[in-house]
Amino acid sequence: MTADALSNPKAGLAPEEAIDEISAEKRRVRRCWQLLSPALITIGVFGCLPLVIALIYSFLEPATYGGVVWNFSTDAYVQLLFDRDIFDDSLIFNPAYLEIFSRSFLLALFTMAVSLLIGFPTAYYMATRPPSQRDLWVFLITIPFWTNLLIRTFSMQLIIRDEGLINVLLMDWGLIEKPLELIYTDFAVALGLLYSYLPFMVLPIYAALERVDFRLVEAGFDLYANRFKVLKRIIVPLAMPGIIAGCILVLIPALGAYITPVLLGGGKELMIGNLIAQQFGSSRNWPLGSAAAMVLLAMVLLALVIYVKVTGRRGGPAHG
Amino acid sequence: MDGKALRAEQGASGSAGAAPADKTAADKTAAIEVKELTKIFGGGEDRVTALDAVSVTIRQNEFFTLLGPSGCGKTTLLRLIAGFEQPSAGGLTLLGEAIGHRPPHKRPVNTVFQSYALFPHMTVAGNIAFGLEMQGVPRGEIDGRVKEMLQLVQLAGMERRRPAQLSGGQQQRVALARALANRPKVLLLDEPLSALDFKLRKEMQIELKRLQSQTGITFIFVTHDQGEALTMSDRIAVMSAGKILQVGGPTEIYEHPTSHFVADFIGETNFLEGEILAAEGAGLARVKLSSGQERLAGLPPDIAAKGKVSLAVRPERIDFAATPEAAALTAEVEEVVYFGTDTVYHLQVDGSGRFTIRQQNRLGAGAATHRAGESVGIAIPDGALQVLRD
Repeated sequence: MTADALSNPKAGLAPEEAIDEISAEKRRVRRCWQLLSPALITIGVFGCLPLVIALIYSFLEPATYGGVVWNFSTDAYVQLLFDRDIFDDSLIFNPAYLEIFSRSFLLALFTMAVSLLIGFPTAYYMATRPPSQRDLWVFLITIPFWTNLLIRTFSMQLIIRDEGLINVLLMDWGLIEKPLELIYTDFAVALGLLYSYLPFMVLPIYAALERVDFRLVEAGFDLYANRFKVLKRIIVPLAMPGIIAGCILVLIPALGAYITPVLLGGGKELMIGNLIAQQFGSSRNWPLGSAAAMVLLAMVLLALVIYVKVTGRRGGPAHG
Repeated sequence: MDGKALRAEQGASGSAGAAPADKTAADKTAAIEVKELTKIFGGGEDRVTALDAVSVTIRQNEFFTLLGPSGCGKTTLLRLIAGFEQPSAGGLTLLGEAIGHRPPHKRPVNTVFQSYALFPHMTVAGNIAFGLEMQGVPRGEIDGRVKEMLQLVQLAGMERRRPAQLSGGQQQRVALARALANRPKVLLLDEPLSALDFKLRKEMQIELKRLQSQTGITFIFVTHDQGEALTMSDRIAVMSAGKILQVGGPTEIYEHPTSHFVADFIGETNFLEGEILAAEGAGLARVKLSSGQERLAGLPPDIAAKGKVSLAVRPERIDFAATPEAAALTAEVEEVVYFGTDTVYHLQVDGSGRFTIRQQNRLGAGAATHRAGESVGIAIPDGALQVLRD
């Protein structure tokens, strides 16, 4: 055997064997693609294609009764910030949509922050139960998913409306004279979002905390750290991948929430989701709806990029 | 060996291993004093007494080993000293201060964990600096101390590595450095070498010994490996079922075990029956064996010097008798096993069960002096026997 044959094991094979080897490799690759194709087609047709359509529509002009006219235009994006004067076509700044975006963002951030505040201790409690009890806790946390989000949001309405549980009880006890204005406020929307998305915060943090070696906590105490320092320097950094995942899982759906602002915000306090639905529905301005959707998509992507940057710098979530 | 020499030897090892009884409570040299310490886990049916009224004094600057099988309570005692467990009853003092109920972060002791428990999200330097940061040591001093520690454990240049990038032995050294960086009054080591392979373990044994003498810190070392305990320790406490059975230096524990358990747990032992005829003083007694022969045997201090007793003798302390008159016991050779350095003879002793004799192969292989099936006499010199408490 020559040195060349040693460095390349296939060089030692007879020519027809080498060809067999190559065609076998090709067959393997083809088989992989065949097996992958159902998933790829589903993602392509039902995931990517609609996004591409929305992207294209956002650069077209609206037709009078819905649909689009195939003329390139950036008007939809301009409309998000400006009104066009009917008489002289000059642009007048209109913060109405900007307000909707910023309200959506603030509500989503608020939901994320509060669900983190509630979710972390909950997840910590679950992760520190004996292993036999933990499954029960995970089960309890997932129970709300058994019911439709719409139903759950309606129930929330029943609790916080003027004749709802809270107001009736408080008035019965004579603590208040007239019903508290709970429903159809930003507060109600935030409460609804919090209730809907809290499990998405708890579960990833629980998963991260469950993997934490609690002997490290003992090591922390041994090295003169008090409870607060152990939490800050050891537990939180080790649970960080779960915390970040939870924040993203809450922030993204909260940002595009539709049902909650409709039912609990009473249509007064619009969020991006409602704006988009409105443009495709009653307002019949598909390009504007598509443009709003694209901006929402950009915001979400930005959040994900930040996530990747943060976790990437930390050497991957697995190692914290 | 005559009686006088024996007494001198016994006296010397006796004082090195000083019985805890003659130490007073106000011992100035005590690092840790454990008094009647009890730890009970669970309640009702699941109640487990992990530590049963244990008392022991650990002196400053000594390498003290807690030795016993798993479940004997040695780790529980260590965790009580560290503060990870609260005692159910009894007292625990560190340099004269009661610390039994103080939280772990307020005790000037540090632990090297069996799993090392290095913080995976911090660098080597970050791990070592952690305890110092928590104590509020100024940054400049911390950096100096981290460097010093890395040199001490021979890991200079590894500051920026993460624990996951280190080998088991290196992680072990980081764990040591992290604990020693705080200059604790007492260093607790919970089976720190058990995860290392044989060669590395031998290296770390020497390393630990060196670190202990270099730093002068009191080491409390937990292990189930009797070889490790004998080679490293100044004193050893042998534990079983939540109690300390014997405390003493390695030679005392090995040569003069006071109980059946200690004799059996540490090294190989032959057990036989005998009768104490009279105490001879200086920890010796004249005993009569089943064959009617009389020998001098080591006597535990707190035992009545009369009546029937169990005796223990190490296989390497006995030999084949040159003449029938010199034989303390008679036996038949059952099996001869060659071990390279030694040859071990398994014998069936007339009237008292199995015995082993271990002989060094000074003359090389094929030097076995006896064969299976042969009838032999066993020579037991004065002082080789040890009277057991149980």
